[in-house]
Amino acid sequence: MTWVSNRLPPDGWTVGTTLLALILALPVLTVVGYVMQPAGEVWRHLADTVLTDYVANSLLLMLGVAAGTLLLGVSSAWLTSACDFPGRRLFEWALLLPMAMPAYIIAYTYTGLLDFAGPLQTLLRSSFGWGYGDYWFPEIRSLGGAIAMLSLVLYPYVYLLARAAFLEQSVAAQEVSRSLGAGAWRSFFSVALPLARPAVVTGVSLALMESLADFGTVQYFGVDTFTTGIFRTWFGLGDSAAAAQLAALLLGFVFLLVWLERHSRRQARYFRSGSGYRTQARHRLSGWRAAVALAACALPLALGFVVPATQLGAWALRTAGRMVDADFAALVFNTVGLAVAAALLTLLLALVLGYALRLRPTPPVLAAVRTASMGYAVPGIVIAVGVMLPFAWLDNSVDAWAREQFGVSTGLLLSGTLFALLFAYAVRFLAVALQAVEGGLGRIKPSMDDAARSLGLRPGQVLRRVHAPLMRGTLLTALLLVFVDVLKELPATLILRPFNFNTLAVRTYELAGDERLADAAPAALAIVLAGILPVILLSRSISRSRSAADA
Amino acid sequence: MLELDNVVVAYREKPVVCAVSLTVEAGEIGCLLGPSGCGKTTLLRAVAGFEPVRSGAIRLAGAAVSRPGQTVPPERRGVGMVFQDYALFPHLTVEANVRFGLRGRPREEARARAERLLGLVGLAERRDAYPHQLSGGQQQRIALARALAPGPQLLLLDEPFSGLDVELRESLARDVRRILKEEGITALLVTHDQLEAFAVADRIGVMADGCLLQWDSAYNLYHRPTARFVADFVGQGVLLPGTVTGDGRISTEIGTVGGDLPEHCRPGCRVEVLIRPDDLVDAEQGVPAEVTDRAFRGADFLYTLRLPSGAQVLCLTHSHHRYAVGDTVHLRPEVKHAVVFPADVQGETRRKDAEMQRV
Repeated sequence: MTWVSNRLPPDGWTVGTTLLALILALPVLTVVGYVMQPAGEVWRHLADTVLTDYVANSLLLMLGVAAGTLLLGVSSAWLTSACDFPGRRLFEWALLLPMAMPAYIIAYTYTGLLDFAGPLQTLLRSSFGWGYGDYWFPEIRSLGGAIAMLSLVLYPYVYLLARAAFLEQSVAAQEVSRSLGAGAWRSFFSVALPLARPAVVTGVSLALMESLADFGTVQYFGVDTFTTGIFRTWFGLGDSAAAAQLAALLLGFVFLLVWLERHSRRQARYFRSGSGYRTQARHRLSGWRAAVALAACALPLALGFVVPATQLGAWALRTAGRMVDADFAALVFNTVGLAVAAALLTLLLALVLGYALRLRPTPPVLAAVRTASMGYAVPGIVIAVGVMLPFAWLDNSVDAWAREQFGVSTGLLLSGTLFALLFAYAVRFLAVALQAVEGGLGRIKPSMDDAARSLGLRPGQVLRRVHAPLMRGTLLTALLLVFVDVLKELPATLILRPFNFNTLAVRTYELAGDERLADAAPAALAIVLAGILPVILLSRSISRSRSAADA
Repeated sequence: MLELDNVVVAYREKPVVCAVSLTVEAGEIGCLLGPSGCGKTTLLRAVAGFEPVRSGAIRLAGAAVSRPGQTVPPERRGVGMVFQDYALFPHLTVEANVRFGLRGRPREEARARAERLLGLVGLAERRDAYPHQLSGGQQQRIALARALAPGPQLLLLDEPFSGLDVELRESLARDVRRILKEEGITALLVTHDQLEAFAVADRIGVMADGCLLQWDSAYNLYHRPTARFVADFVGQGVLLPGTVTGDGRISTEIGTVGGDLPEHCRPGCRVEVLIRPDDLVDAEQGVPAEVTDRAFRGADFLYTLRLPSGAQVLCLTHSHHRYAVGDTVHLRPEVKHAVVFPADVQGETRRKDAEMQRV
């Protein structure tokens, strides 16, 4: 008989999960640890010169993106959930399309569109006979431009959550307000919006996390924020400690946002006033009101997706013949291979952690799993710094030890390898997979586990032979989400990729940096097309909830 | 085959099962009977290896499988289990479900074994169906076949019939008993339904508040309950107050009856006597009682009667004894050997009654 001890709390699953969580938390812990380090000379230099700019620009960026996503997200969510106008059903899902567009790609595209040599300014000059300097045109490569770009692709977070909140509100709250003499507008501002506030705040905080994580857009527009500062301090000034200290400061902002998000999610539960979806008739709009509603929904969709996608398509058509060659095929192969590997690894980790939590729902395991899934809020560049530092230390230590013991150099074992990159992706995107896995496991009755155990399966075999097949759809969704996120991820890839290893995102970044915007289009378009896949998944779940709402 | 020795199971620090001891012999069908929340399912799960024991020991075929701090995991116990919700794997066909526990056996042997068990439960022709295509009764039989397939040394059944229609329950319970007996399976069943327990089990234990009150045959539970709760829970009946007479019999409102007296009981001491509905007969002469309710059950009537003191009793008569509500009948006890409890000084009965109401 094999005996399994059950009294001593640190059993295999608890210890394993805690170890795994510690490893996955290593990057964040490393960066946080640098807060304690004494300030070096570079740090003092930074503090004297650019640090104020980084903080100010990052704050202004957040403020602007908050305003922009609020405006675009809430208005479109309210119109599509409470009103009826021509095209509403199309907009319900199409408003999500800008999510497919990484911010750096939309930034490159609009730069090409709005530059002095771009089609718009050329058209203006030829129409009015103006020359250089004769007229004022907004400079896209600015903080304002970055705010506009980020708002255009991040508003869907607010739209999604606000829309769900509006649909969940009880009919009664609305009707009471109308019966008390408040008009549609006043009802919106005094009832619907306050009730949806927690959801809206959650959406905005998610959008702001993405803004803080953005590297490609601000770097291209020459706006000095934390991410560009970290990059420059590390690679320009060569001071990894100061870069890590900047990263730690950035993490402080991120944790504030995480707190805000968690707090508002908790609140959202209390603010939920209805039990199901509204059956209330929508406000039917006609005439000029319908036209305004249509325009309000069409604008973010057009600017956030249709215009840049069309421009990318036009460029890609022009340059595909030259750009799509054997190198491009290798690039796609690299990228897809990397993303598939990262998605599989992340899903595997999520399965182990999610299952450990099902087997041992104890406080230590719960804490370990939550720690491991912290990465979703952490900017890619911070994770890159947090992966580089310990890996380099390990490489150097092993190398020094080997030299001393055997007189041979082991060189770099981990730094600059695909392993480092995959590890960073796993840290960054674990939460995405874990959420899906936890949801999937939650839908499987505990008696299934017991039945499989009583039929002779060990816990690990239960996961493989019962849970995995039952969750197939969920697991595929999780794989797809991580796959697309990896495809789009720029800064971590840029920093951690092995020498001469390129991905679509990095190639787009390089070509755009060389002002070869049209040449970057095929790679950029490939990323955008892949990004549409999760949007389709989301819109399918929206149409399912809609059939419930309209029933 | 199965031996429980002072088994205590606790969640956090709260004991759910208190010092239960019992033995199920090889080939015997045991049953834990009790209201929900009495700890019977927890005890069953401890036998299966899902819950650790806090103290005591569980032995299977002489070998300890649970003792404090150590538990043989369920997959190594050779214990089959049929779950209340059947827990059939929805992604597998009926046949694949039955073969699930036959992993690692030669393909031909596994196929033949599954075939035999599907035949045994009479569902061979549904082997390619999926669980959701089956009726509740069919799912239950597949769950039984699946649990029996690996040839477990002990089979556990957790409320196996509770999800079924009442008409189906009895016939299925008889089927299950027949199959288990034919196969010589040792089994332990958990139920809150005494008819189910009577229909399936050889030996029944009544549980309340985590404790096993009596582990006995169905006949003895009904006719010789050792605890007030058992008398109350198994079968119908009421407890009438009585006084021990000089010749060692018990005088009650309906007459004098004989029975085993509680310890330290001297003439004049106050006791309570269990009166079952079939212990009273409708006689020409006897104690008058007023009919307050009646239930026609085909072959017989079950009357609820009020005695002059206000106490209520139940009486089962042939259906040609017809009375209307409000009529007066005369009752005489016909008890060979009455069940006697000490008088209820601590109010134990009332407490148990309140619990029964809650259940």
